[in-house]
Amino acid sequence: MTLSPTRPGAIGTPVARIEGPLKVTGTARYAVEYPVENVVYAWVVQSPVARGTLTGLEAPEGDDVLTTLWHGNAPTLSEVDDPELAVLQSPTISYRGQVVALVVAKTLEAARGAALGVELEIAQEEHDVLLRDDHPGLYTPEKVNPAFPSDTSSGDVEAALTDAATTVDVTYETPALHNNPMEPHATTALWVDDELVLYDSNQGPSAIASQVAKVFGLKSSQVHVVAEHVGGGFGSKGSARPNAILAAMAARVVGYPVRLALPRQALFTMVGHRTPTIQRVRLGATADGVLTAIAHDVVEHTSQLFEFAEQTAVVTRHMYAAPNRRTSHQLARLDVPTPRWMRAPGEAPGMVALECAVDELAAALGLDPIELRIRNEPDVEPEDGTPFSSRHYVECLRLGAARFGWDTRPRQPRQRREGRWWVGTGVAGATYPSMVMPSRATVRIDASRNVLVEVAAVDIGTGSRTVLHQVAADVLGVPLENVTVRIGDSSLPRASIAGGSSGSASWGWAVDGACRKLREELTHLTGPVPSSGLSASFDTGPDVRSRENAGKHAFGAHFAEVRVDADTGEVRVSRLFGQYAVGRVLNPRTARSQFIGGMTMGLGMALHEESVLDAATGDWVNHDLAEYHVPAHADVEWIDAAWLDEEDSSVNPLGVKGIGEIGIVGSPAAIVNAIWHATGVRVRNLPVRLDKLLTDPAF
Amino acid sequence: MKTFAYRAVTDVDEAVAAEGTFLAGGTNLVDLMKLGVAAPETLVDINHLPLHDVVRRPDGGLRIGAGVRNSELAAHPVVRRHYPVLSQALLAGASGQLRNMATTGGNLLQRTRCRYFMDATKPCNKRVPGSGCPARDGDHRNLAVLGASDACVATHPSDMAVALVALDAVARVTGPDGERTIPIEVLHRLPGDQPHRDTVLEPGELITAVDLPPLGLPSAYRKARDRASYAFAVGSVAACLRLDDQGRVDDARLAFGAVAHKPWRARAAEEALRGGPATREAFLAAADAELAAAEPLRDNAFKVPLIRNLVATTLEELR
Repeated sequence: MTLSPTRPGAIGTPVARIEGPLKVTGTARYAVEYPVENVVYAWVVQSPVARGTLTGLEAPEGDDVLTTLWHGNAPTLSEVDDPELAVLQSPTISYRGQVVALVVAKTLEAARGAALGVELEIAQEEHDVLLRDDHPGLYTPEKVNPAFPSDTSSGDVEAALTDAATTVDVTYETPALHNNPMEPHATTALWVDDELVLYDSNQGPSAIASQVAKVFGLKSSQVHVVAEHVGGGFGSKGSARPNAILAAMAARVVGYPVRLALPRQALFTMVGHRTPTIQRVRLGATADGVLTAIAHDVVEHTSQLFEFAEQTAVVTRHMYAAPNRRTSHQLARLDVPTPRWMRAPGEAPGMVALECAVDELAAALGLDPIELRIRNEPDVEPEDGTPFSSRHYVECLRLGAARFGWDTRPRQPRQRREGRWWVGTGVAGATYPSMVMPSRATVRIDASRNVLVEVAAVDIGTGSRTVLHQVAADVLGVPLENVTVRIGDSSLPRASIAGGSSGSASWGWAVDGACRKLREELTHLTGPVPSSGLSASFDTGPDVRSRENAGKHAFGAHFAEVRVDADTGEVRVSRLFGQYAVGRVLNPRTARSQFIGGMTMGLGMALHEESVLDAATGDWVNHDLAEYHVPAHADVEWIDAAWLDEEDSSVNPLGVKGIGEIGIVGSPAAIVNAIWHATGVRVRNLPVRLDKLLTDPAF
Repeated sequence: MKTFAYRAVTDVDEAVAAEGTFLAGGTNLVDLMKLGVAAPETLVDINHLPLHDVVRRPDGGLRIGAGVRNSELAAHPVVRRHYPVLSQALLAGASGQLRNMATTGGNLLQRTRCRYFMDATKPCNKRVPGSGCPARDGDHRNLAVLGASDACVATHPSDMAVALVALDAVARVTGPDGERTIPIEVLHRLPGDQPHRDTVLEPGELITAVDLPPLGLPSAYRKARDRASYAFAVGSVAACLRLDDQGRVDDARLAFGAVAHKPWRARAAEEALRGGPATREAFLAAADAELAAAEPLRDNAFKVPLIRNLVATTLEELR
């Protein structure tokens, strides 16, 4: 049985963030803010070349410098699943910015100063960093993340395209992007005998503890990871990053606790990025807009160290019906840092190409782009016929269109001019898989009906701590104030990472289960709760592992209105709206923040964000927040999100589908489509900056 | 950051005598020190100098103390009423917090935002003379199209300085050899083969004030940028325009930002405008007269049509 959405209680109400006052008063503690005695500081030395061999190193000495670690003297690490964690183990340099040494000193200034003075002897080799769709090294990976086939195909795409009344054959490019959380990747590490304590900024204390333990040949229980507050991650803190390993290694060597906060510039190389993509989309349709063929072929990069294959075209396997279809992924291994997860990996870049191509098809057919999408709505999963557990995409398109005011939109582009501005509107779909991962929780209640919830979840700014309070309060029928939730600590019951928009589903399920067990115990109790309290634990593992994952997705539709300056090509988003069907929404206040946060990041993807690669050095040259632009408040004049009351108890007992990522899926395409509608110019190379519009003859 | 000595001074002579790097608002210098781009031995803090006033001059113009904060200057009633181009330029720059710290003198002396200059791990002739200029073949989308050299294609990032150049403002400078005045138009240099020198200031010289002559004509600042706020210009225009009784151009002043190593006074365009019709065609032709000298690089040719359009529209709005 699921909780009824009409049941009075905390769930579904706009509870303010529990830790909000701590954050706004600066008293919430982050990874390098924990008071630790005798702490010393580390600073990274990064490779100035993109490929080569480190043959020697000369480190300055000084009173305050304790050591300079490099592969020539660093302790040998045990075993790594992620080669990026094998820090200071090998002379091989695989990308510019790779950590090659670590200076440890008594003060931050001394560490930083000495790091600047480290002299590296490097045998440099020629590097290859530019992704091209004709790169000779392109290959098809065995699978794309996390375990999808690289290529799928059914029917005869080529024949269908030849026979189609109307076709679109377009290539969209998205640049490398960087997660850039506000709090950098940072760790305070200390050893207490053979146990390691890490105050670390991450998206999953349990997972990080296991990964770090493996690297140092320890048991997971010997590593204690604390991440009580985390200043964002966007995927880049979903697994242990080199900062945690370096800090722990240094602490072991010098015998003091070590603090290491990566400088902003190092976040552009050492912790991951979203791969650039080159995506060709071909669509074939009948004259009345029924798709006969969909092909989505993706080229992207990975590093020399590790095959990370972004699942960019996978989203196309779920969106629209068509009898003939194919998707493919090819990778080039380049001398670049390893790409990793960034908010909606796969879906975010993939939907740029698909949803812009669909818009181009609508224009070619003379059809309204919403109507075109509705005509191709599948009854079941288009590739394998699995039924959807729930799919309200068409409802989102229709209701969103009504709320946004779509009906008066001229079909033709370049129709609306207001002063010096061209004005246009655009639409794009949104989807994200409804995921859940095994988690455990323990709940205790005392004689005063105070409730303590323990789960090794983490709140990276999403509001997850707050919604777990709400779940426990409702299941146990206690006021919210009676609930205390402990998260962000690997010594708590093991929980999954804050990733895949699965936090509320995964941890909420565990908390819900533990509270239900406890409620059951309470009903059998004769007399008051004993002074020692009562507790119950729940492990979702068996249920999660037997869950059918296919056909479970959240859906939505994004609507954008843009103004484009006719003199300069500057684009401003006057309205951005998301209409979603995401199962149950536990907290409308934090949910709205997640939606508009994702949409804002989508706005950045459409208009601003680009990591600019310098071919000569193999470095991303705009490696700080002054030069890597993310949207400012003034870039969007009105932004809002709404959602349907969707009930789908098959996804998990709480009926939540996940909301952390869907806002960035499709919102960039809605903006790019609106820019076309405003100006008549199709920019197929993100971000759409003024120079690309201004130099287009059609502008 | 390299260890440095710090010394606060309270009068101008003491500042000039103190050998070191002047620290005003610190909004650029401190960043550069953190990045290892600047490594002064001694910081001479000039925030306590009595240079914080804006006063009316006998000729009706203004004398702006070098220590006047950007936010204060932008909000000054005389500036808002009589020099809107300056107020608009100031408010188009940086963020509220930065404008509260940044000073008039410091804004003029800010360094380029060229991404190679800002990264001490890469060559840059401006930072390390003779080390080379990777920007010319590398990342240069927001670098110079006018007046660049083989050695350097950097741009000056200030908005305020572009307005000051259009206003014929003059810097008052005190140095070891006494006082002198330097029109802002010639304060900043073109890079030539000495790109490490941003300005004509000699070692030890301190800007104490900026004089604004009276301005009897309407003025405006237009800035194009990659995001709506908190971004440097990719192109900007400061313009002043007055028409005569027949509706022809009586007086016009134009300066361009983000196109050169210095705020670019568009003398050729002004010459083309003077006495001519105040039409969009004439404005575009005037812009073309100035931009004929442009030598765009691979990725910044868009600045030519951008400036051209900005000139025409800004003048149209002023006529």
